[in-house]
Formats: sequence, C-alpha cells, structure tokens
Amino acid sequence: MFRTPEGKDIFVVDGHTHFWDGSPENQKNIHGKQFIECFYAYHTGLSPKDQLWEKSKFEKYSADDLYRDLFIDGPDDVAIVQSTYLKDFYKNGFNTIERNAEVAKRYPQRFIVNGAFDPRDGEKALEYIHFLKETYDVKGVKMYTAEWNGASKGWKLTDPDAYKCFELCDKLGIRNIHVHKGPTIIPLSKDAFDVHDVDHAATDFQNLNWIVEHCGLPRLDDFCWIATQETNVYGGLAVALPFIHSRPRYFGEVIAELLFWIGPEKILFGSDYAIWTPRWLVEKFWAYQIPEDIAAERGVQLTDEIKEKILGLNAARLYNIDIEAKKKALASSPFSIAAE
Amino acid sequence: MATASVSGSRKNELWRCLGEVNDPELDEPITEMGFVERAEVTSDGSVDIDFRLPTYWCSPNFAFLMLDGVRKALDQLSWSPAYRVKLHDHMFAEEVNRGMEAGKTFGDIFAELAEDQDLGALRETFRMKAFKRRQEAVLRGLRQQGLTDREILEMDLPVYDVAGFEPGEAAKQKPRYRAALLERFPDRRAYDPVFVTWDGERIPPTALTGYLGELRGVRINMEFNGALCRGLKQTRYKELDVVDGEPTLVDFIMDRVPARAAPTA
Repeated sequence: MFRTPEGKDIFVVDGHTHFWDGSPENQKNIHGKQFIECFYAYHTGLSPKDQLWEKSKFEKYSADDLYRDLFIDGPDDVAIVQSTYLKDFYKNGFNTIERNAEVAKRYPQRFIVNGAFDPRDGEKALEYIHFLKETYDVKGVKMYTAEWNGASKGWKLTDPDAYKCFELCDKLGIRNIHVHKGPTIIPLSKDAFDVHDVDHAATDFQNLNWIVEHCGLPRLDDFCWIATQETNVYGGLAVALPFIHSRPRYFGEVIAELLFWIGPEKILFGSDYAIWTPRWLVEKFWAYQIPEDIAAERGVQLTDEIKEKILGLNAARLYNIDIEAKKKALASSPFSIAAE
Repeated sequence: MATASVSGSRKNELWRCLGEVNDPELDEPITEMGFVERAEVTSDGSVDIDFRLPTYWCSPNFAFLMLDGVRKALDQLSWSPAYRVKLHDHMFAEEVNRGMEAGKTFGDIFAELAEDQDLGALRETFRMKAFKRRQEAVLRGLRQQGLTDREILEMDLPVYDVAGFEPGEAAKQKPRYRAALLERFPDRRAYDPVFVTWDGERIPPTALTGYLGELRGVRINMEFNGALCRGLKQTRYKELDVVDGEPTLVDFIMDRVPARAAPTA
C-alpha cells in the first residue's frame, strides 16, 4: 500500500518483478556474465545514488531482500513475478518458475507467479504449458522473443509454433501474455524486439491480453500505433519509469504520448525489480506532473485518478484481483523476515 | 620542438576528424558518447584507435556503421597514416579484430556477420532520423523565439543562416540540420524553404503542430537509446577502473570514497 502525502491509500500492483540468480556460480558462459552486467548497468545508470546496490548483491539477492524491498520498505501490495529462463546463459536458469514459486510460497497472497515457455521447443512447449497450468495454475506468461535457443537467436509471436502455444493458453485460460519488447540487447540481422508481431497476434487472439513490457521503447511510436488499434494491447512502464529521476522532462514526453494514444486504462506500473526498487519509483511517480508545454501540446494530464489506475487498478482488472478482499487478506497475513 | 608541435597538431586533427563520425542510431558524435577510448599518433605518424561500445550486445550493424565512419575519417587525415582500429569487449570483437588484422574490409567482415541485413537501407533510415531530430530541435527553437508558424515555414537559407539562438539544443542542431538538408537535397536552390519533409514536401503552417508531434516521436526513441547508452557506457568505464582491494564503482557513485589524506611523512 502506498500512502500519499495527503493520507490516501493507493493499492499497488507491481506488474514486473524478478527473483533471479545471475551470480558467477550460476553463469554458464560469457553471455551470462555480460547479461547480468548489462542489467547492472541499467541499475547504476538510472537509479538515484542512494538506491545503488553492490554488484554481488545485485547478482544474487535473498528472498528476504525481495520481501523487504517490495512489501515492507516498498509500497507493493501484490507483485507479479516473471520467469525468464535463459538456460543457454545460466546453469540453473536466470529466474525459472521453480525459483519464483519457491519465493512466493511463504506469502502466497502477495504474489502472482507467471510462467514462460519457448515455442521453438514444439510439442514439448505444449506439454510444458499444460505442466505450468496444472502445477502452478498460472494466469500469465512472460515471452522473451530475443532468447537464444541453440542456433536460433530469436523468434516471433507470429511463428506457427507460437500460435499453437497461444491457442493452448487461450484454451487453458492463461490470459495475460507479457511480451518483452524493449531496449535492443541481442539483435543480429533479425530484430527480435520489433513490435509489429504483437499487432497480428493480438488481432488473432482477442481473448488474450497482450502486455508489452517497456512499451516497446525505443519503438514507442510503433507501439502506440498498435496499442491504439488493438483493444487488448497494454503497455508496461518498466524501464520507462526510472527516467522520472534522471530525465524527468523526457519521462513527461513518454507518458504524455502514452496517455494521448492508448489512454489511462491500458498503462501498467512495473518496477522491474531488482533492476530498480519500487519505493522511490512510486513516490516520484505520485509527485510527478507532466511539464505544462508538453501536457498542453498533447492535451493530457496525469491526474491522481489516472495515477491510481496505472499503479494498480489496471493490473488488478487484468488479473481479476478483488481489491477489497485482497486488502483484508493481506491485513491478516503479516510478514516475518530476518532483521537486517 | 618542431616534432612536438607536429604531433600535437596531428592529434588535434585526428580528434577533429573522429568528432565528425556520428553514432548512427543516436545522431551524436562518437567522441561525445565516449566510444573512442584512445586515439594516439605514434612517433612514426601511424594512428592507434581503441573503440569501445556501451554493451557487449550493441548491434553489430551499428558497430559496423561507426567503424566504417572511423575508417573514412582516418582516410582523410592530411598525412595519410597507417592505422589500427581495435574494437573492445563486443560480442563480435574477436571476429572483427581478426578480420581487420587479416586485411579484410569492414564490409567483408560484417557481410559474414550481418547475414541478409541491407546496410545501405539501414544507413538511409538513420539519415532520415537524424534529419528529423535536428529539424525538430530547430523548429521548436524558432517557435520559442516567438516566430509565427508561417514565418518559420517561409524561411529560406539566407534567413536561416542569420538566425541566432541562446546556447542549447536548437543552437547545437542548427548547423547540423543545415548539413543534413544540403546532403539530402544537394540540388535545392538558395531561396527554397529550409523546412520541408524528408520527402521534400512543403509543410503548410496549419499542419506544423501535427508534424512536430510526429518528429517528437522519432526523437523520443532516439533519446531513449542515447540515455541508456550513456548510462551503460559510464558504468562500463568505471568498472574498468576497479582494482582488487580498491574502491568499487558503487563506492565512487555513492561518494563513499574519502578524500585522499595528506601524506604523513
């Protein structure tokens, strides 16, 4: 719960969090080393100075760190913890669903654990989706189209094997498909982060919600165009939001574009923990106003009502969270973690 | 003395030439982005360049375009030196450096790595983005000065050239937009309007606000990359300085490193 300076309680769903192991012991090769270093550079590049972590902690943090940063020191009521396997880079995977489910087990009310699959695995991917549903009752999955798999350096949502997987998701009621479409990190000739495949997949799977993480940045215009056409396409703010600290005017331009094109109902807060922690993000977001000239040009405002939607109400709708019931359940399930 | 001054002026010329090379994706000079880690003129006049991008993952195509730009800049040096360019810590650094040592052209090296990507088309896309980003900055600068949209859009090159700006983005981009305009439309006449679309169409005053919105979209994407690259690059450099037992990156960023004590002896 985030309490505003005016004393109002705001329900917060953190749409994008991780519990990873990027430690040297788990790195399989140079790619694993470089991958976590790239994340660490995002962390050091965009965090306020007083929020910086030591590298060794960033590589592998504890379950207690996560509970504290998200729910005790942090304002999250519910965290959606995403799975990203990267088994070509990490011996035990980067953050597998087993690892995520384990951390969620202690406070089940607090977590939504999402799965992940790789359509390039063919039949095995379909079996795995069944396994995810039966074992973890997942409501959503995270798709990482730039993940390497053997000789393949990426895939598209419109690949025939991917369509078979989405048909199965639809049938099993796995409705929320989070797609990482963000900063270019692993492109070769094929740009695996191009957003246009979302357009087709969202048209063809109207029952599914397509949450484009990082709003497709640096392809914001393409993303806005698609999300305006497709009623079932949403934008996750992870990575865009930290700019609120280092480049507030730039963040104003991004959020103004999003509000103008896709509107306040389809934007979701996400910290991308542990790249960033949610407390400072939410505090700064609540205090933020779009610079006047930008707001006037686009004819949009970031009102308290809109902020509340972005911070929690929109995600609660997608994941069928009954907010009043959830507040009661959380009140009766206090934390006990190791003292610092 | 004469030798020292020759080597000093060669070094200046070298950095000036390198400063003309832009990161194609960001439209900012590679020297300002800090990608040129070292540029030396040795005693026999040959040139040594160490080049390092913000991440191991930076697109090989972009790396190619920059290295190709560096090569062209070095070919223009007045004393025609032999040169060595080394790419560091990139996923394809080994392939690139080995290829260069074997005397292959960048084109040959990257043709093997870039598969079917058409670099000419990529270059053209980046030229278009640079044109739009520079144009937007100048247009917004002129609006801020209180010029009407009609006055701005009727401006020709002689009028453009005498327009002055306070230091800032518009002032920085004014000569760069001029260069992009002349490169794009080499046959334009001096009294043609300065502000036209990438396709050479005139912009009606009533359409300027909408047009600026479109240009802003282009800039938002470029700035996102630029800001991330800067952050990543900064981090990477500081990490390189870490020595066992010495303060780490985080210590420096968090200002936890105490000022050096005065020598006691």
